[in-house]
Amino acid sequence: MTNSWTDIKNTDLVVVMGGNAAEAHPCGFKWVTEAKAHRGAKLIVVDPRYTRTASVSDFYAPIRPGSDIVFLMGVIRWCIENDKVQWDYVRNYTNASFLVKDEFGWADGLFTGYDEEKRDYDKSSWDYKMGEDGFVQTDPTLQDPRCVWNLLRAHVDAYTPEFVERICGTPKDKFLTICGMIGECSTPTKTMTSMYALGWTQHSKGAQNIRGMAMLQLILGNIGVRGGGMNALRGHSNIQGLTDIGLMSNLIPGYLNIPTEKEADWTTYMSTRAFKPIVPNQTSYWQNYLKFMVSFMKAMWGDAAQPENDWAYHYLPKLDVPAYDGMRMFELMNHGKVNLYFCQGFNPLLSFPNRGKMTQAFSKLKMLVIMDPLATETSHFWQNHGIHNDVDTAAIQTEVLELPTTCFAEDEGALVNSGRWIQWHWAGATPPGEAKHDTWIMAQIFQRVKKLYQDEGGVFPDPILNLTWDYADPLEPMPDELAREMNGRALSTVYDLKDTTKVVAEAGQQLSNFGQYRDDGSTMGGCWIYAGSWTEDGNMMARRDNTDPGDTGAFLNWSFAWPANRRILYNRASCDPQGKPWDPSRKIIEWTGEKWEGYDVPDIPVTAKPGEVHPFIMNPEGVSRLFSRGMMRDGPFPTHMEPFEAPIANPFNARMRGNPVARVFESDANQFAAIGDPEFPCVATSYRLTEHFHYWTKHNPVNAVLQPEFFVEISEELAAERGIERGGRVRVWSKRGEVWAKALVTKRIRPMQIDGKTVHVIGIPLHWGFMGAAKKGFGPNSLSSQVGDANVETPEFKAFMVNIEPSAEEPVA
Amino acid sequence: MSETAPQPKTAAANPPVQPIGSNLLPSDVVRISATKDVPQPDRQLTKVAKLIDVSKCIGCKACQSACIEWNDTRPEVEENVGVYENPHDLTPNMFTLMRFTEWVNPETDNLEWLIRKDGCMHCEDPGCLKACPAPGAIVQYSNGIVDFIHENCIGCGYCVTGCPFDIPRISKVDHKSYKCTLCSDRVAVGQGPACAKACPTQAIVFGTKEDMIAHAEERIEDLKSRGYANAGIYDPAGVGGTHVIYVLHHADKPSIYDGLPDEPRISPVVEGWKGVTKTAGLAVMGVAAVGAAIHGIFARANKVAEHEEHEAEKLVQSGDGNGGTV
Repeated sequence: MTNSWTDIKNTDLVVVMGGNAAEAHPCGFKWVTEAKAHRGAKLIVVDPRYTRTASVSDFYAPIRPGSDIVFLMGVIRWCIENDKVQWDYVRNYTNASFLVKDEFGWADGLFTGYDEEKRDYDKSSWDYKMGEDGFVQTDPTLQDPRCVWNLLRAHVDAYTPEFVERICGTPKDKFLTICGMIGECSTPTKTMTSMYALGWTQHSKGAQNIRGMAMLQLILGNIGVRGGGMNALRGHSNIQGLTDIGLMSNLIPGYLNIPTEKEADWTTYMSTRAFKPIVPNQTSYWQNYLKFMVSFMKAMWGDAAQPENDWAYHYLPKLDVPAYDGMRMFELMNHGKVNLYFCQGFNPLLSFPNRGKMTQAFSKLKMLVIMDPLATETSHFWQNHGIHNDVDTAAIQTEVLELPTTCFAEDEGALVNSGRWIQWHWAGATPPGEAKHDTWIMAQIFQRVKKLYQDEGGVFPDPILNLTWDYADPLEPMPDELAREMNGRALSTVYDLKDTTKVVAEAGQQLSNFGQYRDDGSTMGGCWIYAGSWTEDGNMMARRDNTDPGDTGAFLNWSFAWPANRRILYNRASCDPQGKPWDPSRKIIEWTGEKWEGYDVPDIPVTAKPGEVHPFIMNPEGVSRLFSRGMMRDGPFPTHMEPFEAPIANPFNARMRGNPVARVFESDANQFAAIGDPEFPCVATSYRLTEHFHYWTKHNPVNAVLQPEFFVEISEELAAERGIERGGRVRVWSKRGEVWAKALVTKRIRPMQIDGKTVHVIGIPLHWGFMGAAKKGFGPNSLSSQVGDANVETPEFKAFMVNIEPSAEEPVA
Repeated sequence: MSETAPQPKTAAANPPVQPIGSNLLPSDVVRISATKDVPQPDRQLTKVAKLIDVSKCIGCKACQSACIEWNDTRPEVEENVGVYENPHDLTPNMFTLMRFTEWVNPETDNLEWLIRKDGCMHCEDPGCLKACPAPGAIVQYSNGIVDFIHENCIGCGYCVTGCPFDIPRISKVDHKSYKCTLCSDRVAVGQGPACAKACPTQAIVFGTKEDMIAHAEERIEDLKSRGYANAGIYDPAGVGGTHVIYVLHHADKPSIYDGLPDEPRISPVVEGWKGVTKTAGLAVMGVAAVGAAIHGIFARANKVAEHEEHEAEKLVQSGDGNGGTV
């Protein structure tokens, strides 16, 4: 989230699209009801199904799964055409006036530079025209045909209301009503918030869906303001923490990057991370990358990381591929290239697409280790459960070890919520049986591995032997020790950067903020964005003061929010170029004539004069991007791409399949249904239900009572067409697998008219498996296709093609 | 007059951490099933109400979950029969149930998904109590809560007939009748019902009836501003008003909310027949049963905490019906 849960109460309009907040985030949704009750806010829901969120909305419109970019570009087109633009914001705080290279263009659904062979773009033309002074060329009058604004106008021109209706299936009148409601928020005194979740991310173009809404929010002037923002509702209670800490193969904590094999040495690695401003006077905060990186290396390897050995850069692994994401790992496993796999708090047999492939892959492992508080399906993948897990146990040779762990309520530590609040919590119960904390298990394994390296050497023991491990009990690091390490501390005296005689921190002291991080080895810090969470004043994450001066929803003394305890990112943009709040009734900060101050931590150097330093301090431009240059693999603007399995061809280019640059493994490519395949005419989409949390709560009898058995949701029309009765048993199948379910026949899903043909949507909730207290069932991953987002490899769970038929009752065993 | 627990607040308030004496005493009972001449209390507790704002409800079933947890019931894991209601109906182990109705508004042709939390309405004029032939099986406190005292229940099912809302369910295991208690054990120590505590959107709130009506009026104003011209309170006069009240977007047609009675009344049969039964019942069981009824109220397990139970036991042992001070 750019903002926070508590800030949603400040909004005038909530748009829930690409998510189902009431259903999947019921507790956070209370802030929507607050905004409705106390500000008279309106709620719009755009979703393939009339959801629980829709049940309390002011306006609902249906949309075909996988067509969100068409809808969003259509809204942008409507706003531009109807002058619903916050012009002062767009002119001053976006790159609308920046000139783009003449070679850049778009035709037939593709941007310039596409290489079909490589399934990749040459992105060199997707950039600004640079002046000889090294700064970008602009036209503040927005007249130049090559300025971003005019390119955007041209880009969205195809997305007329008629085109939206044809491709999304959203009736034109409903679409225009929504445009009108959204357009009202282009005034400086009205804001809209976007609440989205996996309904936008789980597509082969998920990141571009989100870009589309972010661009709309910028055009309306809704980023950085109270009640505005792009608010990703994270799907697990600590999934924000997972990304922050960089638990991905290509990341280092704090959104730093693991080097690639092309960056064999430190100088090469750092050369692309200078982040010099391309507009004069801009902050370009990533210029501090070196400080964060050196402090990280010092946290990892202490004295072994020295300037002479490039901070032990050679200890870091170098990626030979963009990432070893989940789908790549399972592909490798399926080729017999993985021997040992650790599943820590992870149930991929149900949570990764194409379950048949997952079962095959696990069967090829030598050993599978499960660390989990529950007996998961993955840990029992070898066990035959009839139709629910139809495997030949005798043919599976994989050894499975289960290490029972504690669950969140038995741990002390911190969880990071969607609003970036790092909230400390305390253990509420004693772990049962042999359950151990994950940290205990990891420490035990590490110490044994380390001893093996000590005793037997090995090809490269240094990164293991020299790893900093200065915990009081090396066999069980404590949560507070780990938290202090992530915050960072001084290793030797740290001096002020300007006044070099002034001491900022003495050796051994906790650092107060990441401004104290240094690139000379005098500081260490495991995760720079968490700096300030555990200072010399103690554990800031444990703060529980709920006073809220000005009733702004900031709650600055409740826990700690990264970065720097800031509650609304880009909050400098809540003020006009002179530093006065766009909406005085919703002030966050303002320029006093000398400095920035207010209710939140200013997202700008506090003495940076208005007009000189622009609000988007992380970007070398100082402004936000309507045109994202070469930052994303699939285009600088979002362009409509059909899902890999779709009922119609891409209207811009019939030859284009899915996202043209998404990675597709050969074995998966053979498992896509053809576009418009009559055997698979229905669009399927997956989702969660309020009664359950993923595959966990089916182990709890209470949740099992509330939603006991796997079902699929279909329209009354489809039910009539196929002879399916409410509560009857159905078989649903795709090119990859089949499931049996109960039919929930509903008015909340309606057939759609897409490009002249009737398309049915089938809803497939995801909570059932063959373990636990609920009835045995299936998940959507038995059916869904294994392809991910072109930028981040999030699987395309939200749009794939299936068929459905009535099925005889399950034979009584 | 003894010191009593604080008046109930909305469920958002945190529970007290100090032991608190029960606020529901034998002397606060105003009506007892099959019992004439109940001594009227020397004090009147403030009337309470649970307000269920249907327009804020997202149907998440946190209330059902909290109800199961608080009352420590174990409903069966049933089959899915193609609906969202689970369990499929109220049961002796499920005192409250979200009921879902897909309703196409004929005026706008728009679909509305009406989600109503069903359960005991705690009628001011309780049909169940009037119908009940077992002395002391059903009582009503002066704050309006209608409670079943299972020790005295004979499982005859007359309360089901007497209820205009079809709420009580007879257990096939112990042949007793069960329904929502409005968490009388929680209210007795100044807390709101478990469902209200768990509700994430505060669609369920609890407090004095006066406050709840005032809150409902505000909500209705908001709904009217959003185009729900017939938004209103459901507090049906036919049963003397209720201590569970709804805010409905379409208060002119309660029955679209999965059959919520438009004009609930106690069956005339029950009204006519109860006098005879009551007398007969008393003759059989003897007046001593009244004392047992009162005892039953307090001997029931109170799951608040151990110390609450201890206090309750002390109260019972003292037998003066005038305890409650900690």
